[in-house]
Amino acid sequence: MKFPAYTTPREKLWHYSYRIFCGLVLFFLVAPLIVVIPLSFTNSVFLQFGPEMKFFSFETWSFNFDGYGTRWYKEMFGICSENSGTTVCTDRWMIGFKNSAIIAIFATFFASVLGTLAALGLSNRHMPFNRLIMALMISPMIVPLIITAAGMFFFFAKVNLVATLPGLIIAHTILGIPFVVITVSASLSGFDNNLLRAASSLGGTPLRNFFKIQAPLIAPGVIAGGLFAFITSFDEVVIVLFVGGPDQYTLPRQMWSGIRNEISPTILAAATLLVIFSIVLLSTLEWLRRRSEKIRGITPH
Amino acid sequence: MSDTSITNSQELLLTNDGVPLKVSLRKSLRRTKIRSFLLILPPLLFLLLMFVTPIGSLLSRSVDDIAINKVFPQTFAQYELWEDKSQLPSEEMFAAVVNDIRVTIKVKDDEGIDIGKNLLGRSGTRMTYEYSGWKSLISKTIKSALKVDKKSKEEVKPFIWEAPFKDKMIKRDKRWAKVEFWQSLGAMKDPYTMGYYLNAVDLKFDANKNIIQKEEYLKIYNTIWIRTLQVSLMVTIFCLLLAYPVAYLLATLPMKTSNLLMICVLMPFWTSLLVRIVAWMIMLQQNGVVNDTLMYILPCFEGMVNLPFFGATNIDLCFSDEDRLPMMYNFTGTIIVMTQVLLPFMILPIYSVMKGIPPSYMKAAQNLGATPTRAFIRVYMPQSVPGIGAGCILVFIVAIGYYITPELVGGKDGIMIGNFVAREMQRTLNWGLAAAMGAILLAAVLVLYWAYDRLIGLDNLKMG
Repeated sequence: MKFPAYTTPREKLWHYSYRIFCGLVLFFLVAPLIVVIPLSFTNSVFLQFGPEMKFFSFETWSFNFDGYGTRWYKEMFGICSENSGTTVCTDRWMIGFKNSAIIAIFATFFASVLGTLAALGLSNRHMPFNRLIMALMISPMIVPLIITAAGMFFFFAKVNLVATLPGLIIAHTILGIPFVVITVSASLSGFDNNLLRAASSLGGTPLRNFFKIQAPLIAPGVIAGGLFAFITSFDEVVIVLFVGGPDQYTLPRQMWSGIRNEISPTILAAATLLVIFSIVLLSTLEWLRRRSEKIRGITPH
Repeated sequence: MSDTSITNSQELLLTNDGVPLKVSLRKSLRRTKIRSFLLILPPLLFLLLMFVTPIGSLLSRSVDDIAINKVFPQTFAQYELWEDKSQLPSEEMFAAVVNDIRVTIKVKDDEGIDIGKNLLGRSGTRMTYEYSGWKSLISKTIKSALKVDKKSKEEVKPFIWEAPFKDKMIKRDKRWAKVEFWQSLGAMKDPYTMGYYLNAVDLKFDANKNIIQKEEYLKIYNTIWIRTLQVSLMVTIFCLLLAYPVAYLLATLPMKTSNLLMICVLMPFWTSLLVRIVAWMIMLQQNGVVNDTLMYILPCFEGMVNLPFFGATNIDLCFSDEDRLPMMYNFTGTIIVMTQVLLPFMILPIYSVMKGIPPSYMKAAQNLGATPTRAFIRVYMPQSVPGIGAGCILVFIVAIGYYITPELVGGKDGIMIGNFVAREMQRTLNWGLAAAMGAILLAAVLVLYWAYDRLIGLDNLKMG
């Protein structure tokens, strides 16, 4: 960083302390996530950095990785060797992963379809009660989850949806709709309606116009909203606790009971995979954003 | 063409088909409205059926007292006739209780299954909420009231207990002679009650349905309400203090660098909440990373030193094992974790507002003689207020209804009202109270949501 010649030392000091403060805040945001990764490779049963995890010794100047291994990853994948010892081998993590994936995929699909329909309808400014309906569509994101979960518990009990897969899919669809509505509305706000008019003046049917002209342009919005819906469903635990049955394991639920009851480093292995998963999702989203900017002719700065 | 439109300007403009333009436009507008409505219809119906109805029926539980009124109709009728409520009621009221029990036990549901016992049991539970002890009292009385004479040769065996009941009931359980039990019926006699709401804020009805304070030792919920507000406010303030400088940095740095730093902000936003909680457990626990680091970097000096003026003094400047800070499973833990979890919700709106403030304003202010600090405070800050408002409302709304984080890291003194809703739902099964607390919470959230829509507009709600 080059300072202009007239900068006083006090200003320099202020500038550096400001930068350091910001660095600390960003560190505060990311550090906990990074700490999880090395600890997930521990060989011990404790969730802490014990002395055995020191991989570099200053006395002998040598590396020692004896404290590290993939024991907890094996446990998570349900691969159990006889001598792994202390903890009980369970395939709940894998079942949970499977259930979470099924629920999230279906919920994402329905949320994307319903959310896109809603956003398309709401983009018409002449629609009466436009604002009210918009507020209603976004409300599942705002209403405290515990209230949604409690309400659904009673309602689903009446209509026999408690402890069923469709019940959880419906609940997660509702949680996902607001994200799709928001992102699709945002991409529709930059949409030039003259394109549709031009298309129909050239003889296109409304349906054809939508799929040929509008859909490709709002696709990044739909996909981004879908990703949000997916990650919301994939990470949701409160509704599963209330509405799901006792043997309906999902990945977050398994983590929840892992944190509450049997604290073992398996949750760290799962957490590491989830961190990597979120990095992949984030990169996808960033790529989509750039792509949509390119399509619309807005150059990235 | 232009000629006719000028000369006929008084007449109607016509389209090619000869329809007046206004009519045609109105028709096409109506068509787009119908189309939009049809598009909205499926998601709207889905949401109304699966989201609004469940929450509505939950809220209706918070005032619903019909069940107990169906079980004890005679008793409540007698309660109305009971004049001096400081004296024990008359024999008729005692008889009404027994009669109600004997009628209710025969109740069957639509499929002919006996549900009377279940109904009575639930009523006992309901009555306990008003005055503790009712449940066991009722179940004791049910047994005695329903005891039949097995030796009798009649087809329908007669009950052993016969009128008058007053002395028998008091003999069976002395609590029937306590006028407080009878008085507490007053709070339940109407099919709709405010009792659960009062309970949720540590108030109750007395015998004459006046609202009074609960006994000191029964007050628990007000502390939780205050703590919920306290946690939400503190988290909002901390988030603002941490987010504002970072947002400013992100908004002023060149795009390439700020995009890179933005990943640091978005990473936690995209990571599972449970993963972040696990991560913080590792960081903050007794043997956690933070405490280990403190032990490692803080100087440890212990021993006798010869100080001027003081002479030989024993100095203990050590961060030893006993000094490890308790930061997990308490209030501090809740605040730290929630601040980190909600920080992106504060950074992003402030950042997007700051992005729109032209940097030339600051330069102009400095050109006119303001110091950088003054220019920042007088020119830049006022323009970033919309972002601050959006971020604060958003963080506060999300914080106030938090459940997962306080449940897992809050311990005893870090839990919030959401946790109490869950507790009443799952453990004590006092669903009316859970619904009432949920309704108050929901009302607060909706007011803030409305304010957000009014002040900032839902269109500006963006993520990522």
